[in-house]
Amino acid sequence: MRILPTALPFVLGLLASAALAQDAKTVEKLAFGDSDERVEAVAALVAAGDEKSAALLQALADGELYTAGKRVLIVRGAGAVDAATGAKVAPLPEDREEITVNNRLRRELGRALAALKLVSPGRDARFAAARELAGGAEPAMLPLVKKALATETDSAVKPLLEQIAAALELKAGDREARLAAVRKLAASHSPNTKTLLLSFLEAEKDEDLRIEAQKSLREIEGRLAWGERAGIVFTSISLGSILLLAALGLAITYGLMGVINLAHGELIMIGAYTTYVVQNLFRAHAPGVFDAYLACAAPAAFAVAALVGMALERSVIRWLYGRPLETLLATWGISLMLIQGVRTIFGAANVQVENPVWMSGGIEVLANVVLPWSRIVIIFFAAAVLAGMWLLLTRTRLGLFVRGVTQNRSMASCVGVPTARVDTLAFGLGSGIAGLAGCALSQIGNVGPDLGQAYIVDSFMVVVLGGVGQLAGTVYAALGLGFANKLLEAWQGAVLAKIAVLVFIIFFIQKRPQGMFALKGRAVEV
Amino acid sequence: MSKLKRIVKRALSLVGPAALACGLAVPAVPALAQGTIKVGVLHSLSGTMAISETVLKDVTLMAIEEINAKGGVLGRKLEAVVVDPASNWPLFAEKARQLLTQDKVAVVFGCWTSVSRKSVLPVFEELNGLLFYPVQYEGEELSKNVFYTGAAPNQQAIPAVEYLMSKDGGGAKRWVLLGTDYVYPRTTNKILRAFLKSKGVAEKDIDEKYTPFGHADYQTIVADIKKFSAGGKTAVVSTINGDSNVPFYKELGNQGLKATDVPVVAFSVGEEELRGVDTKPLVGHLAAWNYFMSIKNPVNDDWTKKWSAYAKKMKLANAGKPLTNDPMEAAYIGMYMWKQAVEKAKTTDVDKVIAAMAGQTFKAPSGITSTMDPKNHHLHKAVFIGEVKADGQFNVVWKTKGPIKAEPWSPFIAGNDKKKGEPDGKTIVTK
Repeated sequence: MRILPTALPFVLGLLASAALAQDAKTVEKLAFGDSDERVEAVAALVAAGDEKSAALLQALADGELYTAGKRVLIVRGAGAVDAATGAKVAPLPEDREEITVNNRLRRELGRALAALKLVSPGRDARFAAARELAGGAEPAMLPLVKKALATETDSAVKPLLEQIAAALELKAGDREARLAAVRKLAASHSPNTKTLLLSFLEAEKDEDLRIEAQKSLREIEGRLAWGERAGIVFTSISLGSILLLAALGLAITYGLMGVINLAHGELIMIGAYTTYVVQNLFRAHAPGVFDAYLACAAPAAFAVAALVGMALERSVIRWLYGRPLETLLATWGISLMLIQGVRTIFGAANVQVENPVWMSGGIEVLANVVLPWSRIVIIFFAAAVLAGMWLLLTRTRLGLFVRGVTQNRSMASCVGVPTARVDTLAFGLGSGIAGLAGCALSQIGNVGPDLGQAYIVDSFMVVVLGGVGQLAGTVYAALGLGFANKLLEAWQGAVLAKIAVLVFIIFFIQKRPQGMFALKGRAVEV
Repeated sequence: MSKLKRIVKRALSLVGPAALACGLAVPAVPALAQGTIKVGVLHSLSGTMAISETVLKDVTLMAIEEINAKGGVLGRKLEAVVVDPASNWPLFAEKARQLLTQDKVAVVFGCWTSVSRKSVLPVFEELNGLLFYPVQYEGEELSKNVFYTGAAPNQQAIPAVEYLMSKDGGGAKRWVLLGTDYVYPRTTNKILRAFLKSKGVAEKDIDEKYTPFGHADYQTIVADIKKFSAGGKTAVVSTINGDSNVPFYKELGNQGLKATDVPVVAFSVGEEELRGVDTKPLVGHLAAWNYFMSIKNPVNDDWTKKWSAYAKKMKLANAGKPLTNDPMEAAYIGMYMWKQAVEKAKTTDVDKVIAAMAGQTFKAPSGITSTMDPKNHHLHKAVFIGEVKADGQFNVVWKTKGPIKAEPWSPFIAGNDKKKGEPDGKTIVTK
């Protein structure tokens, strides 16, 4: 019982020494039986509870169990042992077939292995096993859970085990045990417990027990409701951060410089494709540090998008200052050209940008709230970009020039500010930030030539709603739209939420054409 | 001008009888042998549906190349006319009209989403064209001018839900019906809702949700599924279409919703759609199709080999990891059945080919002999349910004993019992 599947290589060492002699009938049922028989076999192996059974179950879970004719083999690498006798099998039979595991069996296997791991020496293994079992344990596992509970001292694992034991006693125990179990379950954070108590209420006849169960249920529901609220707040902030990232660049090019840049979305797309290229370079030339590719991709995305933006400004947009209609048409044309260009180079289909390992999965803050790492990282990234931009605009000479030129071009020019170069640099900055947005978006969405089209409307919405020329307005508008969208979505579904937000913005702009925050004072140069 | 006309007329009056005599003496073949037969390919090569449709164009071209290598049809080579309707539904109709009137194609292979099929349907009926539609769909349609080589709901959706209700499928009691907001998911979910109710599932245990095309933020949806699943054993039936599947499955993985807790069965996700996804967190989620690449039989081995060789030869975008999937199989079957029908009818004339299509058979890569129903323009198909494996392939966990006849008019929609299972000259389309 001490050697457990976590120490699989060691266990396999044992297998190789031919110490294995499973109950041949159980093995046969596990390999050749129908689902019911297989589940029975798993239960029998858990009841046996020795390391050989654990190894066999682990092999099945890992897809290492094969059949070859009438024999059942555990295949690992080039070697194989007979699962029933433990004898070495060499060479590997040609006609071997992997034993397929379906969801039902996988669930049973997961729980069985977890039950066996409850007394594992490693604290993390025990914790993981308890977490797995908290999702649902079989009554047959109660002795194992109780045994583990008797020796458990860890402050995180013990309450979990108590919950599991209570859940099991709820199904099987006598009235006193059930009452105690119902009371204990009130401390649970898990939606599973809610499910359990609901089905318990349906079956239970005893009035006292029912009242207790309802009390516990209310407590759990209260806790779960907080989790839901926290979840909505998080998703709103997450959506807000994405809108903010998409709109920040536009806040400079449109908000400050007044260029209606319809190619803004395509600059985002260029950032995303740059990330894709950098990812491929890392995969090809430095697979060892692949997980760090984003550190390289973000500056690259900024640089490439900024260069494209500056080239646009120099070649097209500069000749159209003060002619918004022509700018609009020209940048729209450019956007089509950029889309087609990317389509020609990379193909029309979406490309895959893989998340680094540290951005996959999520952190569980409450039983019903899991915050995905990718979203958390993007929220912080958006905050960092915002802070960087603010510092640049308010604390540097370039920022001073940009503000000077946008507030009063001729005066700035008179005092010797090279307005043309400032325009180019400011446009490059806005474009570069769009590139950073693309780099972030590549981590959560699809990367394709049409990526920008999905964000251009949202970006303009944010900037216009916030008030043109106002950085703070952009931030408030992005977060506000994030919250509005997510609250409506939770209430009325994604399709209506999208429509409702657009309708709201139309009315808002009718009432307040200058946006949430308007520039006050002397007129800005048109 | 009029002079020229007269000359032509006279020339014709001279040549006409001769040609007729010729035609009588030597049956149609020499006359047909001139030139090529044009074949239209109408699949989105860009936009949200490109993820799914691009390979259909490629597999159709592969079938054309194979047929041409063996001497073509009726001694004439096939010539593909490929157009890109760009996931834009009205553009589908425009391009279809262009194919039929300007390019004068004999047949069109195309469409994926039902909304694209619905938008080209009036064009095909008006111009009496012929469309082969290779994707599973919601039924409720039967046009003389269309052959449906994908599955009807009773060949995909209903068996999948039955499986999830079974002990092996997890015995689901509560259902989330999640889809993209357009005709296919809406109708499929209407059928499923009626089916679930007939099985005794209560209204409160069904949650129907839709997202717009190209939706990318599935945080709220996945959180809602989690919350809903706290009320009892839950399964999700996903009819999400196009590249929205990637963010949806990413979110499922990130939020730790495992298939052993809440299995998701998808009707529009196959090998190709999973290409862009890290499948390790998705192991055990399901898909229902009439073909999986992992099915083992000689026909399929041969077909996947051919495809991989073709992908390498043409340097297709994903030639490094060539995948086959169900709609590709359906497109391939459709092309060959059309060829056989043309050979039987000895002409590419639409009405004669339609008549010759009835009862055509083809040894399909799914391991069965696919038969075109004599009447209802649908294939008889075997149904497979597969679980996602860590390598992005599917593990078949359930299959029907043999081919099932399609029911385009689902008995779970009121009023369908009166509809005939065959086109009767006029189209019958429920609006």
